[in-house]
Amino acid sequence: MRWGNFTSFLVVVLAIIIVSGIYMYPLALSIKQGLDLQGGTHVVLEAVDTPDAKVDEDAVQRVVKIIERRVNELGLTEPIIQRQGERRIIVELPGVKDPEKAIEMIGKTALLEFQDESGNTVLTGKDLKDAKAQIDQSNRNLVSLEFSQEGAEKFADLTRKNVGKHIAILLDKQMLTNPVVEEPISGGKAVITGNRSIEEAQRIAILLRSGSLPVKMEILETRTVGPTLGQDSKDKSEFAFAVSIIAIVVFMLLFYRLSGFVANVALLMYILLLLVIMKMLNATLTLPGIAGIILSMGMAVDTSVLIFERFKEEYRGGKTLRAAMDAGFHRAFATIIDSHVTTLIAAAVLFVLGTGPVKGFAVTLGIGILLSLFTAITATRFMLKMLMNANIFKNGKIFGA
Amino acid sequence: MTAKFDIIKRRYWWFVFSAFLIIPGLISIAVQGFNLGIDFTGGTLLDLQFDRPVSVYEVREALKEHQLENSTIQLAGTGQGDKAQNVFIRTKILTEEERKAVANDLNTKVGQFEVLRIEKVGAVIGSELTRQAAIAVLISCLVMIGYISWRFEFKFAVSGIAALLHDVIVVLGVFSLLQKEIDATFVAAILTIVGYSINDTIVIFDRIRENLKTHRRSESFADMVNRSIWQVMTRSIYTVLTVLMAVVALYLFGGETTKTFSFALLIGILSGCYSSIFNASPIWVTWKEIADRKRLQARAKGA
Repeated sequence: MRWGNFTSFLVVVLAIIIVSGIYMYPLALSIKQGLDLQGGTHVVLEAVDTPDAKVDEDAVQRVVKIIERRVNELGLTEPIIQRQGERRIIVELPGVKDPEKAIEMIGKTALLEFQDESGNTVLTGKDLKDAKAQIDQSNRNLVSLEFSQEGAEKFADLTRKNVGKHIAILLDKQMLTNPVVEEPISGGKAVITGNRSIEEAQRIAILLRSGSLPVKMEILETRTVGPTLGQDSKDKSEFAFAVSIIAIVVFMLLFYRLSGFVANVALLMYILLLLVIMKMLNATLTLPGIAGIILSMGMAVDTSVLIFERFKEEYRGGKTLRAAMDAGFHRAFATIIDSHVTTLIAAAVLFVLGTGPVKGFAVTLGIGILLSLFTAITATRFMLKMLMNANIFKNGKIFGA
Repeated sequence: MTAKFDIIKRRYWWFVFSAFLIIPGLISIAVQGFNLGIDFTGGTLLDLQFDRPVSVYEVREALKEHQLENSTIQLAGTGQGDKAQNVFIRTKILTEEERKAVANDLNTKVGQFEVLRIEKVGAVIGSELTRQAAIAVLISCLVMIGYISWRFEFKFAVSGIAALLHDVIVVLGVFSLLQKEIDATFVAAILTIVGYSINDTIVIFDRIRENLKTHRRSESFADMVNRSIWQVMTRSIYTVLTVLMAVVALYLFGGETTKTFSFALLIGILSGCYSSIFNASPIWVTWKEIADRKRLQARAKGA
């Protein structure tokens, strides 16, 4: 019997349990939750007629598309964008702390104009191909513009005719900058200077990329709303999730005893690390994200089952406890790698191609799979080795064999 | 290994059984389609201001009688806790009479309220998102075929993906047959089923691959595969049991709005476990045997 090994086993297990006990709950609460789980801000916008543009069905449909693009570019996870009646659009944004800026951006017309000194508009945002925020060498915050082919020609023409004169760049009739043309520009590129911060440059770039709204939108109201899944359903589902976890823990203990206990500790560690990574990535948790967690947890449990079943087989085949456990890990590893990599590949494709809920699912699934490879194999093996080296438990039954 | 129930020998039974599972569903999908919920079709938005703070639970209970319990119910207004006076309800499109009946019930069961707005609202999930999700799933299937072909062989890859598609079709079919309402959470459930199904199948394939290395001529492919399936049977059962316990708990104790999600998972995981054992490997054996027979015939002709 070697007490040293047993003591280190106890220390490791206790450390994981205590750290989880202290940090798990506050950590879980601090992770951002999506509109479905926590609610957010409900905004109603209305399209209004102006002398320039009358509201029609086509215009409102285009507004919905452009607003969708803007919200996605802002990085807000799984918003709701919904037509209400003829002229109104509901936008619900997940728990935005300071919604004013986001809302203001969503409703902006974002009409970009290039004007010569006599006030003629020569180019508009429609002539753009792309817009990006940049910081140049002299530390200025720029929005760099790339024109479409037609736009590039117009711009070359404009600069050729106006050498030595001012060209005004306006956004929603407000002047952004008013530079003097030094020489004709033919490359189809331009920059907007004079932004106060890189955030401002980014906001302008997003607005320009997503295009200008065909009609004027007015914000009618803004209200805080609860989770779309319903507070009652959320409470119930939290309880159900707890029951699920307890059922899995009890199952592992009953069928695999000490090994099962170690697997449960590893599962605890897995949940803790998953929360830490989600926090570090500043990810927003939604129901599809939880689905990804459920699947990766299922796979983590499957990994343990695979290893312990293999261990049983080897032990019954006449190997010693330690040799059987080694063989169990070794032989189950090939299986686990292939099943995990296959699922990981699927997660990667879904992440790249998917939007909204599909992406949310792929993120947690991907992280979960990588983590479960570590906790269910490396961490479990490390703990079981210490336990077996301690030589206190010599009967295979205690390890579930 | 002692003589166990021969799964492979009866493989045509399972193929027929799977056909029974799939075909009615496919017919139903073609004929009556899906019962798409408000996330896809849009519906009616009720914006109500109650005289006293009410909870989501109270409102949902009142809606139950009208089969509207899976509506989106949100408390609105600032400084809300578990209760608020202002409530948003999104239901399926209501007729004038339904609207009156619901309003009456809310009035008697929950309390007096003032209607701030009742309006038709559009879909939250566009057809574009659904299409994108479907394309993403199909492309990930192709990439998985590539990986499995490399690590195993092409026949394994196709058999595994066939079992996966089987599971997706079974779930879609059940939802169409029962005309169960499909909402936004359904997409997440399908993705989970795809992941579960392929993971479950690969484990069995892995055992076949391992046994293939020490495979003796005296044992037929069919016997070897049968032996492999039985070697991992305990694992297959234990794993599906743990996952099922979790999903059943979610279904039984979870809220109304996550019922679609957990029901889809329940069906998908049962189907995933079944198809991994009774479809994936049997398809592989059948294919392998046909290929072998053809090779033998070709050789016989050549000789």
